[in-house]
Amino acid sequence: MATQHSRSAARLMMAPAVILLLGWMLVPLTMTLFFSFKKYLPMRGDSLERGLDWVGFANYTRFIGSSSFWPSVQSTLIIVGGVLVITVILGVLLAILLDQPFWGQGVVRILVIAPFFVMPTVSALVWKNMFMDPVNGILAHLWRFFGAEPVSWLSDASVQSIILIVSWQWLPFATLILLTAIQSLDSEQLEAAEMDGANPLARFFFIVLPHLSRAITIVILIQTIFLLSIFAEIFVTTGGSFGTRTLTYLIFQRVVDSQNIGLGSAGGVYAIILANIIAIFLMRIVGKNLDA
Amino acid sequence: MARAVTTRRKILTTAVAWTIGLLIFFPIYWTILTSFKSEAQAINDPPLFFFFDWTLENYSVVQDRSDYMRFLWNSVILAGGSTIIGVLVGVPAAWSMAFVPSKRTKDILLWMLSTKMLPAVGVLYPISLLFVQFGLLDTRIGLIMVLMLINLPIIVWMLYTYFKEIPVDILEAARMDGASLRQEILFVLTPMAVPGIASTMLLNFILAWNEAFWTLNLTAANAGPLTAFIASYSSPEGLFFAKLSAASTMAIAPILILGWFSQKQLVRGLTFGAVK
Repeated sequence: MATQHSRSAARLMMAPAVILLLGWMLVPLTMTLFFSFKKYLPMRGDSLERGLDWVGFANYTRFIGSSSFWPSVQSTLIIVGGVLVITVILGVLLAILLDQPFWGQGVVRILVIAPFFVMPTVSALVWKNMFMDPVNGILAHLWRFFGAEPVSWLSDASVQSIILIVSWQWLPFATLILLTAIQSLDSEQLEAAEMDGANPLARFFFIVLPHLSRAITIVILIQTIFLLSIFAEIFVTTGGSFGTRTLTYLIFQRVVDSQNIGLGSAGGVYAIILANIIAIFLMRIVGKNLDA
Repeated sequence: MARAVTTRRKILTTAVAWTIGLLIFFPIYWTILTSFKSEAQAINDPPLFFFFDWTLENYSVVQDRSDYMRFLWNSVILAGGSTIIGVLVGVPAAWSMAFVPSKRTKDILLWMLSTKMLPAVGVLYPISLLFVQFGLLDTRIGLIMVLMLINLPIIVWMLYTYFKEIPVDILEAARMDGASLRQEILFVLTPMAVPGIASTMLLNFILAWNEAFWTLNLTAANAGPLTAFIASYSSPEGLFFAKLSAASTMAIAPILILGWFSQKQLVRGLTFGAVK
């Protein structure tokens, strides 16, 4: 049905977006790859004008070999994994709850979704100061009220605290998507199961959960991509200390604090590879949906 | 057939749902409340939940001390500018992919999605270097471009899923009646596409407003938006809970209100149409 004319017009209309994104992807990526094979320490006199020394894979091996690499991988896995577990489990439960009939559904839904719209620097600072401050924070008040010693959250339980803050931000996202998925569940199927004598637990495990599996996969994949690059939450709370230095933050420190561009770029390439592995899975699911 | 629910069960659900809802919302409520307290009241033990001397002083102090309005204005320009440019670039692309699909359309869409997954920190130095080279560091135009580019995949995807829902028959009918491509777009497509475009802009504005990697790393005093303004409170001097709260409230209030209108679009936009 499309004529030759409309085809070339279509290509022309697509061009700006494609060219812009292509440039946005290729130019910095090429530069990162280039720097990752170079010794580049601007503070020690290396400069682009005078040319950089080729060091082969030295930056790559040094990045992995450094004593902070594996701890950073561990922190990343714990934080991303912790947030995923919390948001998915609570998200499923909340979605089921919000799907039940009750008074004020609209208002409660708004309350639950609200944290997602709070900018990361605000939520991190509000939690850090007004909740987790060991002297004046709400949690310290609460602990003292029950006669317990207030906890220095961000130094003594730093990883858990970051997980809590980030989970609070992402729970609305998981809930909202799972709720949307739950609402597309055929209620007659549930009723039939109920009449056949399936108890609520059986209905959950054999009908609701299978129905949600696709949505849960999507939530996990999308959140993983965003969570791997959380930055502001760590930047304004612990600054990467107390075991909260994630891979993203380690690369950031190599580039910005220690000004070792070569090393940081090698780290960046690792991060890009990691993100792409997860992206492949996500794209497969999304791609399947495109054919429908 | 709607499922019959006993009143007792509904009361119980209501109680549980409201408790959880208020608990999740509490940090935001507490921030807003604290912004109306004096600094001494803000750290009072036990915490003051309602009965205190309400004051607007913090708001004027925040404005006087750190020129809040400039940051707010930067946020509006950055989020607004990147959204408008993004839609100008995204609408033609999404339109052509939705209505004149080719064999490669799917690949292009997925490739666009993949650029969204590029970890920002991996290209931090190259982008900073380019910004320095082109004199874009700490300028609004530089950041508008970056924010536009990181959100362009979402814009194209969202628009694409909306445009896909417009029945093609109507376009064919218009074509039969002798409408040119331009007329087709202007009089047939646009009225049907406006709601989708508006939702896309809304979600994109929110995402750009809250973006906190590039805005923290590529700005200083000049072009810094509210994310950077708030981050400057991370090393406090003296009592500051009430002032932090006032600044935070001002930074999140506009987007909370916009966000509540965009719940549905949020799902579609952030799952790239995989969940509707």
